[in-house]
Amino acid sequence: MDIKQLKQRGEFEWELPTTGRMRVPGVIFASRELVAAMDEKVREQVANVAGLPGIVAASYAMPDAHWGYGFPIGGVAAFAAEAGGVVSAGGVGFDISCGVRTLLTGLKRADIAAHQARLADLLYARIPAGVGSTGGIRLDAVGMAAMLQGGARWAVREGYGLAADLAHIEEHGCVAGADPAAVSEQAKKRQRDEMGTLGSGNHYLEVQVVSEIFDAAAARAYGLAVDDVVVSIHCGSRGLGHQIGTDYLREMVVAAPAAGILLPDRELACAPLQSALGQRYLGAMRAGINCALANRQILTHLARQAFAAVFPGAHLPLLYDVSHNTCKEETHTVDGHKRRLFVHRKGATRAFGPGHAELPPEYAQAGQPVLVGGSMGTSSWILAGSAAAGSNAEERAFGSACHGAGRAMSRHEATRRWQGRALIDELAARGILIRSPSTRGVAEEAPLAYKDVGAVVDASDRAGLARKVARLAPLVCIKG
Amino acid sequence: MGAAMKWETFSHEADVGVRGVGSTMAEAFAGAATALTAAICDPAKVGAGETAKIECAAPDDELLLVDWLNALVFEMATRRMLFSRFAIEIEDRHLRATAWGEPVDVARHQPAAEVKGASFCALAVRQRPDGQWLAQCIVDV
Repeated sequence: MDIKQLKQRGEFEWELPTTGRMRVPGVIFASRELVAAMDEKVREQVANVAGLPGIVAASYAMPDAHWGYGFPIGGVAAFAAEAGGVVSAGGVGFDISCGVRTLLTGLKRADIAAHQARLADLLYARIPAGVGSTGGIRLDAVGMAAMLQGGARWAVREGYGLAADLAHIEEHGCVAGADPAAVSEQAKKRQRDEMGTLGSGNHYLEVQVVSEIFDAAAARAYGLAVDDVVVSIHCGSRGLGHQIGTDYLREMVVAAPAAGILLPDRELACAPLQSALGQRYLGAMRAGINCALANRQILTHLARQAFAAVFPGAHLPLLYDVSHNTCKEETHTVDGHKRRLFVHRKGATRAFGPGHAELPPEYAQAGQPVLVGGSMGTSSWILAGSAAAGSNAEERAFGSACHGAGRAMSRHEATRRWQGRALIDELAARGILIRSPSTRGVAEEAPLAYKDVGAVVDASDRAGLARKVARLAPLVCIKG
Repeated sequence: MGAAMKWETFSHEADVGVRGVGSTMAEAFAGAATALTAAICDPAKVGAGETAKIECAAPDDELLLVDWLNALVFEMATRRMLFSRFAIEIEDRHLRATAWGEPVDVARHQPAAEVKGASFCALAVRQRPDGQWLAQCIVDV
């Protein structure tokens, strides 16, 4: 990105001034190097989002921002209903509520060393992963509606996981206002066999070890110490969410002219919050969020079963669960006034600071855990939301931070450069066991096909979005 | 893209573009559908023993391409199939098609990633100056 087009506000904060159709400025949080490496399309997309009706404060981009559809991936934007604000199916994306959850295991690296291969094989056998895989649960119409309304709470009621898990999930595992009737029959049909499946692409289940601690107090609050083994799961709302995205993108594109909305890019498809279509989408999208939460809850149960088979009596409490493709109704202080806003985070993680009312008491001092996935074979990170509620520290980007590394090269280029089998062997030699049904899938997800997530979390930390707490190194990776 | 090649995938930062070219819009749509399969696996490895009938209609040509590709995504997802051959008729933005394919065989097809949906990004359906039809968009994987 041409850095001359931006006004530097701070070492890690860059403003794209309001021009043309923009209603608010764009703000990019990143180091000079990260901004310079971003595609020009990111600037264009940040500006396009800034032109949507009812946008509040600014159109934000996180340090891992890259070229998405409509919104940049790593984009954050909030809209006010009373100001004619919109909800955008493009601003949430196809994989509604895709996110990461991390489980503690109570085990140390030395405990699993002798069992790593067996654990990898058992996890791979239990976790349905990859194209065409199906889960063990079939939902009838009544069960589907209950799942879409109940999210992880439904899953716990059905016997997947523990009631204690719910306190460590955003919205306590169940977002209110889900409307199963706003979800098409096609979307429900697509989900029928996909409950408790991991998916493919960049989705994974990893066994990881804490390799470094940066914030001792927050690490203690999160239950993390060096050499601890944890499990992280990255996946979303599966076919249901994908179909909701498909259905509503089309409907919003077609309805936009009549609603008086000019779309510079049809992928920005949106509808006024105070319209029937906007409300219907919110109901469907929230059902999609609950589906993702239920799905990660079932996968948690399967992972716990695999661990129990290798380590009888092992407990895997949930550290936290974050979603990074969502639109959520939240209260934020803007220009000294509290406002109800609909915050879109497209490839961005909520990062509420210490003292925030949404946090469980055990994390109140540390701030919200922000779980940042790496690429296969590279580090993942746990950060903590920075800005304290009621403190002088300004809440940044409506309490948001980065979500991952972002690709450095296309899938096509990755398959030209690497072979899946060779990568698996190379990583095994480094003590990282990959299990995947597809060698081409492994090649497309090669570690070097992604940007350096370390630079992204450094920028998040130094920009005041989220503080570094712990780095995690992979030991086992189940890829779809 | 050579004269004989009627489809290709192209790069997008996070995802994959699919493109078909043909002497008619229907041929270009068939090429885009083959490219959709190529985003997942090698289309040459996909048999043609089973069929799916697809019908869709849209207010413009570009929406029709998105609808066509999304209909295939839906069939692939719900029937756990991959498709390799397509016969398409388009009349007044109304598409009727037969797709031939087979159930996913993970060991043989080595599918890299499922397609979540066809997007409006880099979406184009048009007749080029050389008279050939082009149909393309980015798909989310």
